[in-house]
Amino acid sequence: MSSVIIVGGGIVGCAVALELTQAGWQVTLIERDCLGSGATAAGMGHIVVMDEGEAQLKLTLFGQQLWQALTADHPQPHEYHACGTLWVATDTEEWDLVAEKAAVYQQYQIACEILDAAALYAHEPALREGLVGGLLVPNDSVVYPPKSAVYLWQQAEKHGATLVYGEVTTIQTNYVQLNDGRQLSADAIVVANGQRCIDLLPELPIRAKRGQLVITERYPALIKHQLVELSYIKNAHASSGDSVAFNLQPRPNGQLLIGSSRQFDRTDRQIDQLLLSQMLRKAIDYVPALADVRCLRTWTGVRAASPDGLPLIGQHPERAGLWLNVGHEGLGITTALSSARLLADQMLQRQSQLEIQPYLPRSLQQEQPQ
Amino acid sequence: MSLNVVIVGAGPAGLAAAWSASQSNANITLIDQAAQAGGQIWRGGQGYAPKRYRHLFGQQTTLHYRKQTHVLGASEQQLYLATPQGPQQLRYDRLILANGARELFLPFPGWTLPKVVGVGGLQALVKGSLPIAGKRVVIAGSGPLLIAVASQLKQRGAIIKAVVEQVPIAQLLRFGRSLVGNPTKMLQAAQFAQALANTPFYVNTWITAAEGEGEVQQVQLNNGQRIECDYLACSWGLIANTELAQQLGCRLEQNFVVVDRSQHTSRDQVYAVGELTGIGGEDKAVIEGQIAGFVATGNYQAASQLAQQQAQARQFSQQLAASFALRPELRQLAQANTIVCRCEDVTLAQLQSQPSWRSAKLQTRCGMGICQGRVCGGATQYLFGWSQDSVRFPIHSVSVADLVMESV
Repeated sequence: MSSVIIVGGGIVGCAVALELTQAGWQVTLIERDCLGSGATAAGMGHIVVMDEGEAQLKLTLFGQQLWQALTADHPQPHEYHACGTLWVATDTEEWDLVAEKAAVYQQYQIACEILDAAALYAHEPALREGLVGGLLVPNDSVVYPPKSAVYLWQQAEKHGATLVYGEVTTIQTNYVQLNDGRQLSADAIVVANGQRCIDLLPELPIRAKRGQLVITERYPALIKHQLVELSYIKNAHASSGDSVAFNLQPRPNGQLLIGSSRQFDRTDRQIDQLLLSQMLRKAIDYVPALADVRCLRTWTGVRAASPDGLPLIGQHPERAGLWLNVGHEGLGITTALSSARLLADQMLQRQSQLEIQPYLPRSLQQEQPQ
Repeated sequence: MSLNVVIVGAGPAGLAAAWSASQSNANITLIDQAAQAGGQIWRGGQGYAPKRYRHLFGQQTTLHYRKQTHVLGASEQQLYLATPQGPQQLRYDRLILANGARELFLPFPGWTLPKVVGVGGLQALVKGSLPIAGKRVVIAGSGPLLIAVASQLKQRGAIIKAVVEQVPIAQLLRFGRSLVGNPTKMLQAAQFAQALANTPFYVNTWITAAEGEGEVQQVQLNNGQRIECDYLACSWGLIANTELAQQLGCRLEQNFVVVDRSQHTSRDQVYAVGELTGIGGEDKAVIEGQIAGFVATGNYQAASQLAQQQAQARQFSQQLAASFALRPELRQLAQANTIVCRCEDVTLAQLQSQPSWRSAKLQTRCGMGICQGRVCGGATQYLFGWSQDSVRFPIHSVSVADLVMESV
């Protein structure tokens, strides 16, 4: 029986733990705080098919399918809620994007519905006047990721996986060093600790991309779908500088999550007031009633961003026995299950459902593509 | 340009800081969330303060007094405010924190019934307009606040069925003896004792359950006794409102802000006074407030003259903490199905399997609701020994529009 150490008990690490214990590996998961407490807890938990390139679309779609299978019989532990995504078009330029996006989704048999202005307001009357339409993607959903991470872990634990609390300071061949002096060894090591991989493996092409979110009191009737601006990809994925993009999510309990923002290379927890104001001004612009909604709290979280927006899933290019599943940027909840499956396929030398090439850890000194 | 001194909180400590800072030519801003200065202890304003402290209210005309204003957060040199005129930022050169304290609640069966309230909460309601005459009240928990409020309510015609104090009698007598040499407090204690003559006072005793249909009708004590009542007022002591100090990065020890003899915190130009540095009541608050106001404006001479009173006030605070320490049996009051977090309906059983406060918050949403853990955070810390999490912006819940700053 092979043994493996997984560094990081976020949703990705927990998903990998389950895949490998199910395959008969002896799994030890190392978590520095508590399960699902890092970027897993900070994000929105939006299970969304994203179409920024074919590789991303396939990985997110596969992820969504695995989520649907996981939650089909037991949606409650995940607070699974099939609210769908409604991409909102503000002008004719974005309206053209609706048709393009719909064509891509249709090509992959992903259900979607083009909404003209009247249909848009019928679906979401709280949106401001003057919008031109939107694209409804009904099979997108939301989960509550910290609970899902623990759920996945509990399944792994039933198969014999072990949890160790501690902070990994260095990774050597076949063993890791913890900050309290302990050394743990295994046949293989998987790094799945999000942006913290930057400290452990600085050679990886990963940058921190900080986000800020706001959660409100309960307003169960305000919106029904996760609302995202159509220029989201353009606004969210600028390769430098700070940016905001409208992204509003109804939680199943009636609370609202207001996003989103991106800042490169910041990992501190101090709220950036200027960026928060920009983000909220934009949210009020889309949904004017938000102005009077009461905020409970704000927080920051740090995404692990790769240059091309795709995660690194597979063996470290220069170190045998060291495996990676990092760099999920803002899609780690959606891609947790699919990336864990693809990683396990490689470690077990199984056939994969997807062509693995686009996700393999890329050359370390790679220039950032524009 | 004159120095910007900003004081947060217009209770005894904040008012005293404003008064002593006003002896200089500094530019002083006093921020308070209430409509009227006085804080919890002098709620209702000047008339509720002892005569020796009434002059502290007079300074409000010579400084910038910002009432109904909440501090949402802070960065170096800047506070973020929610004001009746909308969101604002305020620069400071010196910052004096006088945020006061709130009551600690411990969960027990029935504590969420209507008319089970905090002792300070009931005091505030009665100062408002709640009719209490003829109502049967049980006051339970620990600390001098129990008898202080009991005597006030009795004066207003309440029938105090019992004052229930968890501390053993020997410990209480030791505390009484420690007041010798403190004439003000001796006098106060004597007044309370006189006012509460013929009121049942139980020591070494505590509430084990509140019972009733729709609202509290009777309480049960650990000695097996049952007492009928219309209100149960509970207080197990006070916890300091350290949220702003935490957000500023001030060092805390045992949930209080660490200060030196100048009331200076671990952060440059930030001072903390009153209950924030240790529960001690109005005298400690006023002395510490005055010292911080003097030091912040460079009047070290005046501050040093208060050193002895400061030492005495701190000693009293330590005696208070030691005398009214909570007994371990109180950790056993909550049952598996007792609600601990009222905002999110989280029971004790749900929390018992959690490894930490952070995990409890993420997995059960304990402390994630409207009160943001202000109520249950103190209780879970006492019940489980969990250390507290970071404080999130905004410290006070406001509308989205109130978070949109014009420019930063």
